[in-house]
Amino acid sequence: MAKGKVEIRAESCKSCGYCVKFCPKGVLAIGEDVNQKGYQYVVAAKPEECTGCATCGQVCPDAAIEVYREM
Amino acid sequence: MAMEKVYRRTTGIVKDMVSGFCPGCMHGTVHKLIGEVADEMGRANDLIRAEGIGCCGLGQKYVTHDSAICLHGRACAAATGIKRNEPDSLVYTYQGDGDLASIGLGETMLAANRGENFTVIFINNGIYGMTGGQMAPTTLLGMKSTTTPKGRIAEEHGYPIHMSEIIDQLIAPYYIERTTCADPAGVRKTKAAIRKAFEYQAAGKGFTFVEIVTSCPTNWGLDPISALDFIKEKMLPEYPLGVLRDKGAEEV
Amino acid sequence: MARIFMKGCEAIAEAAVRAGCRFFAGYPITPQNEIPEYMARRLPEVGGVFVQGESEIASVNMLYGASSTGTRSMSSSSSTGISLYSEGIAACASARLPAVYVNVMRGGPALGAIQPAQQDYLQATKASGNGGFRMIVQAPSTVQECVDMVYEAFDLAERDDNPVLILADGVLGTMMEPVELPEMKSDEEVKALKQARRHKSVCGHPAEERVLAEPGSVGTGQEARNIAAAEMYKTWDKDVKVEEFMTDDAELILAAYGISARIAKTAVKALREQGIKAGLIRPVRVSPFPYDAFGSLDFGRVKGILDIEMSIPAQMVWDVEYAVRGRCPIRECLRSGGQLMTKEKVMEEALKLAEEVL
Repeated sequence: MAKGKVEIRAESCKSCGYCVKFCPKGVLAIGEDVNQKGYQYVVAAKPEECTGCATCGQVCPDAAIEVYREM
Repeated sequence: MAMEKVYRRTTGIVKDMVSGFCPGCMHGTVHKLIGEVADEMGRANDLIRAEGIGCCGLGQKYVTHDSAICLHGRACAAATGIKRNEPDSLVYTYQGDGDLASIGLGETMLAANRGENFTVIFINNGIYGMTGGQMAPTTLLGMKSTTTPKGRIAEEHGYPIHMSEIIDQLIAPYYIERTTCADPAGVRKTKAAIRKAFEYQAAGKGFTFVEIVTSCPTNWGLDPISALDFIKEKMLPEYPLGVLRDKGAEEV
Repeated sequence: MARIFMKGCEAIAEAAVRAGCRFFAGYPITPQNEIPEYMARRLPEVGGVFVQGESEIASVNMLYGASSTGTRSMSSSSSTGISLYSEGIAACASARLPAVYVNVMRGGPALGAIQPAQQDYLQATKASGNGGFRMIVQAPSTVQECVDMVYEAFDLAERDDNPVLILADGVLGTMMEPVELPEMKSDEEVKALKQARRHKSVCGHPAEERVLAEPGSVGTGQEARNIAAAEMYKTWDKDVKVEEFMTDDAELILAAYGISARIAKTAVKALREQGIKAGLIRPVRVSPFPYDAFGSLDFGRVKGILDIEMSIPAQMVWDVEYAVRGRCPIRECLRSGGQLMTKEKVMEEALKLAEEVL
């Protein structure tokens, strides 16, 4: 059971890949669908692994990710 | 069990707006951090941005606080005029390397030397971004730019300029730190540095300077992830991270 | 109120303080150094701020910042220093900020000469920076007018959200004359003036009311901004100010502004003593220019115009010619490079013109 959850705003994502690179649990991946600007936006490929550490949100230059955690 | 939001989009940038910055551009990251710090300090409405010229201009409609767009290089002069008249506000300049270290070098140095009570956020990515990748004073030796097609040559173009170290030669500045946004720890340290600078400013301590080593994937000709490696392998050896001065820590 | 004896530069500075100016930034340059020196002493007494900028460029940008906070702000310089101001003045005009500038003119071009001149007319009235903006330009000819025009400049600037320029010269700046100083605005009045601009000032707003001082526009907004400014300039017909001295029956018109006009006035009287019906038209403001004062002259009676300026080549003559449109001969009486206009010189040129046309 996941301890955390990411909410990715697809339209803000520019597919830089920072969140994918730095997620310690490999939760995120560059998705296959594209947003209106033509970027393949990031998706939570393994949501069950998310711990809610918020590293992805912190490194995202475009403030596209918000993070939840079990309290 | 209930989930709580532990990381949220700062109120310092416009809700739902997509920035004009290129993919991987850390201007976005730093804009976000400034907003987060102001949120956490409860000072969001007191922020005044004196904005430099160049890609920082893409942030002018992206941030949510009062701002003065400044002529190229003159942000530190304009910020002097603003802060001296609004001493209770939280003023920062937001400048790139061409703006701060080339055309605005004089204004930067003399504002620092006067110990003006505002914060300079200096984005160092070693190149002019908006105008298309020309050489900056911070461009690395050997690094190609559109005006150094064979790479920067010391004999012809001089050496990369180290602004934090130069500012550190002055007596007045209160706090000088160089950080990077190239990894999560760096982003956290950058935020802490901005926080410290703003806290010192709020306490009336004087000139605070945060140099942030960032990338310009577009003009470096690299994808964002490779640009992170370039920061670590090339930029940071030239621009070492760390606190150069913290008079607050010395006083404790 | 009692008249006191004051030097032009100091009178300019005191008038600004009395008008509520609470920020001054400037850089030393002759012949206006007494303005920043006076401000350095005086502003702290009234809770204002004086900053000696590290250059003219820094000073003008400090003014840009100060003005964006709604504080009444002024800077002064001289000629070649004003050239360095040009981009900053343009920024104030573009961002619609009400800064007040004083040019105590010296000889030019460039370093020119430190002595008085009137060589910045076209720069002041037509292109104080890039982009075709305009300013109201006050052209005093006495120390009293320096005082009154500076005092008034802050109101004009705030009325229009536009910079105002005082075009003085080294004679006015350094001479001493008795002046009557205007009323000192109280601290409460000064605070209220700043507060009245709060909605346009870059400070203290929540996100939904944020203020952006913009000397330019990303995207396509600039034309709309230029149109709005042009509409504002069109309201300046009412702001034309001109002094017409003995022009009712004049056959010979002397045209001069500032210190030259003062000398020309004495020449008018001397010419009349010699039986020549001379008169003087003096633009009190050189922008907006009093085209009608020249254009509506009775050219059946007026036979010639003598343009008198401390500038070689002549500059104001462009505006005079534009207004007159060839309806009578226009001749020039000029000095420059720091050499002063004299009554003798004006008389000599006026008599020459009289011989030619009368």
